[in-house]
This record gives sequence, C-alpha cells and structure tokens, in this order.
Amino acid sequence: MNALRRNVLKGAAGAGTVAVAVAAGLLKPTQALADVPRSAFEAKNVGDALKNMGANAPVDSKDITIKAPDIAENGAVVPVEVTSGIAGTSAIAILAEKNATPLVADFSLMGGAEGYISTRIKMGQTSLVRAVVTAGGKSYTAAKEVKVTIGGCGG
Amino acid sequence: MAEPMRIRATMAGDVADVKVLMNHPMETGLRKDAKTGQLVPAHYITDVTATVNGAKVLDAGLSGGISKNPYLGFRVKGPKKGDKVVVSWADNKGDKNSAEAIIG
Amino acid sequence: MKQQIIMKLLTGMAGLGIALGVATAHASPEQDKQDLIKYFTSKYPNVKIDDYVYGALAFDPDSKAQYDAIMEFPPFDSQIDAGRKMWETPFKNGKTYADCLPNGGKMIAGNYPMFDEAKGKVVTLNDVVNDCRVANGEAPFKISDQKTMGTLSAYMRTLSDGMIMNIKVQSPKATAAYEEGKKTFFRRTGQLNFACATCHIQNAGNRLRSELLSPIVGQAVHWPVFRGGDNLVSLQNRYTGCFKMIRAVPPAEDSTVMNDLEYFHSAMSNGMPMKASVFRK
Repeated sequence: MNALRRNVLKGAAGAGTVAVAVAAGLLKPTQALADVPRSAFEAKNVGDALKNMGANAPVDSKDITIKAPDIAENGAVVPVEVTSGIAGTSAIAILAEKNATPLVADFSLMGGAEGYISTRIKMGQTSLVRAVVTAGGKSYTAAKEVKVTIGGCGG
Repeated sequence: MAEPMRIRATMAGDVADVKVLMNHPMETGLRKDAKTGQLVPAHYITDVTATVNGAKVLDAGLSGGISKNPYLGFRVKGPKKGDKVVVSWADNKGDKNSAEAIIG
Repeated sequence: MKQQIIMKLLTGMAGLGIALGVATAHASPEQDKQDLIKYFTSKYPNVKIDDYVYGALAFDPDSKAQYDAIMEFPPFDSQIDAGRKMWETPFKNGKTYADCLPNGGKMIAGNYPMFDEAKGKVVTLNDVVNDCRVANGEAPFKISDQKTMGTLSAYMRTLSDGMIMNIKVQSPKATAAYEEGKKTFFRRTGQLNFACATCHIQNAGNRLRSELLSPIVGQAVHWPVFRGGDNLVSLQNRYTGCFKMIRAVPPAEDSTVMNDLEYFHSAMSNGMPMKASVFRK
C-alpha cells in the first residue's frame, strides 16, 4: 500500500496532512489517489513492479480466475477478465510480464465493488498475464500464458 | 481528447454491471510515427475513478499498456436501478473527462 | 465426392475461353454457391454453415471468443459515429444521402453490387453514393480512401445490418460480368501464382503459416472491418491487400475487374445475414 495513503488515512502525521500535501502540490484536491504509486507503472520488470506496489511475495491462489485468450488475435487489443473469489478483495492488478513496463493497471475496489475487472491490454510478445489480488492486507496471484504472434494476412 | 465516453450500466440480478468505453489514443511513448520516424510522445489515461450515488467504488491507475480506446468492466453489489454511475478519467497531460449513466 | 465437385468447378473454369456470354453453358450463381457449400460442409462437418459469416473465426473458438468480447463494446464506436455525422450532414444544397439512396439507405447493402443495365456495368453501393454526391453538386469520394468513403460506409452499411445478401444476376450481360468475376477468383496470378480460390476454396479452414484461411462462402457479408480494433478496411481495400500478398499488381479499386469480382464474390454469400463494421485481427 502506498505509504502516503496509509499515513493520510491513519492521520499518523497529525492533523493537516492532507492540507500539507495539497499545499506542496503533491495531492491536488480533486486528484484521485490510486493505491499504487506511478513508480510501479514505470518499473521495467515484474519484481520491481510488485515491490513498488507494496505487494510482498504474493501467494499463488486458485481462487483467482483469469479469462484471456490462448493466442491473441492482435497484441494491441487482448481482452482480459480477472475474477477474484477471495473474500475482502480490495484491489486487482494486471501485469503483462514481458511488456517493457509490466504493470498494466491497478484497480482499487471499494463500496461494494466485486472482485471482478474486465479490460483490454496491449502485449508486446508471448508472456504470462498475471493478476495480483490484494485482500485483507495480503497479496495473492495467478497467471495465464497468452501467446502473441505476428500475423501475415492482414491486408 | 474530450470525446464523450460511453457507459452502459444495468442490473444483473442484484449486481450492477457497468461497462465503460473511453476515447483515448493511449500512446505509450514507445511507438514510432510511421511517416516521420519520430517517437510519438506518451499520452495515456493515468487515473480512472467511478462512483455510484456519489460513493467511490473504483479507483484505478492505468499505464500505456491499456489498449487504445480503453474498455473497462466492473460490478458493484448494493446499487439499484435508477442509481447514478459517474466515471472520470485524467491523463498524463492533464486532460480530464467525465460521464454519467443511470443504472437501467 | 467432394473432389468431383471441385474438379467440375475448376474444369468449368479451365474452359475459360469457350462459350463466354452463353449463359446456359455455365452453372447459375445459386448452383455455384450450393456446390461450394457442399464442398465445405463435407470437408468440415462440424462447422455450421450459419457460422461461415464469421470467416476464419468459425474454425477457431479462441479467436471467436475474442471477437465476442471486443464486439460487446467495440473500441471503434467513435469511428462509426464519425461516419454517422458524415451521413447526417446535408450537402451544400440541403439534400442528404438518405434523399437519393433507395429506401433512405436502409436495408439496401445486400442488393449491391448490382448490374446496372443502363450503364452496362456492375455498380457497387459506393458507386451509388458517389453518383448521389455528384448529382447534388459535391465532388465524388476516392473509393479507396479510409477517411471519406471508408468512414461513411462504416456507418452507412450498419443501416443494412441483418439484411440477407441478395445479389441478382439475371440478364445475359449481368451473367457475363458475374462470370468475369468468377474467372478472376479462380485465376492464378502474382509471383506466388495463387488464385483467390487456392486459399479460400482449396485451403479454407487450413492454416497458411499462422493464419487460418476463411472460406469464400460468408466472406462478403461483414465489411468494412476494423483491423486491430481501429484500422478501417473495406472489402475492396482487402482485395487490394490480397493481391499484394500474392505479389501481384492489384487492379484499381472500383475498376471493372474489381467490381465484377465483388459481384461474383458477394453472390457466393447470398442468403446470409450481413453485419457491418466488425472487429478482425
């Protein structure tokens, strides 16, 4: 979890934390504070992405289902659906392990949102598509290989 | 990039099913323009939030690895038909967009 | 059994030079189509003929699932919208496309290409659009251009979604044009010396490297396509691409060769429902 967010939530730095952050231009009043810092999105390998996300050693879980093609029709538009059956799912992150920057997106879920995300991602080459689920402060993961080919027939 | 985004929100049983199609080039910054040979600058949505009746249900960080004209589907338990869904995004250049839909 | 049907088709085409213009010497378009359906369904008994409108996707559930996922909310919606704006914008004289197209442009795409007896040639729906433009004081569009004719047709053709392909080949001249189109389809050409039939009849359902080859039946109903979700390709754009890939010089779009080809090619999808502006890889 993003340290700034944790502190802001706990008010650990005392009253006015948010005001200080706003004054410093770090947190605009209308800016959404996603759980994951931008550094995670800039990480060039899975390990660094997970570290920057604060996802410590995610545990493999069979309760995470990834619906994605075996062979992508077009690496620019790969439909991916992640369903998490883990109670208390508060975030789902999607990584394409061999992309230049593997962390594709991170979704924080709250207010009754279910452990389910459907989106379309870009993949540069065949790789594992990995989901990292945060639930109850712990990290869980599952992955599915998606093959990406270079087609020859597109007119 | 202020083209309207499309939102479809329907009740599927007791769960609100929301589908969003945003309009955005989602340039990673790694692509070369075919004509000029120059890198097309990074231009992609970085943040998406969604609320139902004003309460936040989704707070997402995106990279250029999301496909052009981003599609997003999510589900929320609790809302009813007639409730309002609002989806907003911001991109790395400071552009913003927002749209709303009534759950049908 | 199936080999006999193919040989009959191919031998019939081999005798190209003879009996041109004598309609009775050739099978009718409906008979040609039925022969092809017999050939494909006996080769692929597990693929429903109704699914042939999906082309190669009918042979690969993994591909079809991706198509379904993307078509649920297509990323090219805004490009179709741009076409709708073009369609709805009146000409300088105040008239609209709906004013000059038959039936206001609705449920007509399946009638084209059609043989225009007065003009003595095959006309496509794009030709009719350009005639409409010129009749109302506007410059015609370049047929092959994605930004103009392509974008307009991406919306316009959706007005015929669900229409059953209904190409009519009736007069002797129309039949001759149909036969020319058939010849083009079966003619080997280009450095690779392939005919359209080589891939889309003989090898339909097989792979050429990584690509599944679609059968001719059902091919013409689903245009334009958006390749990769955003690259607009019309049917004749695609013919051009195919000619280039077998390393032949492509005939010009809207030429007699291309229009006759589209006439024959579309007739081979008669009886099948149309759906415009779909996703392809």
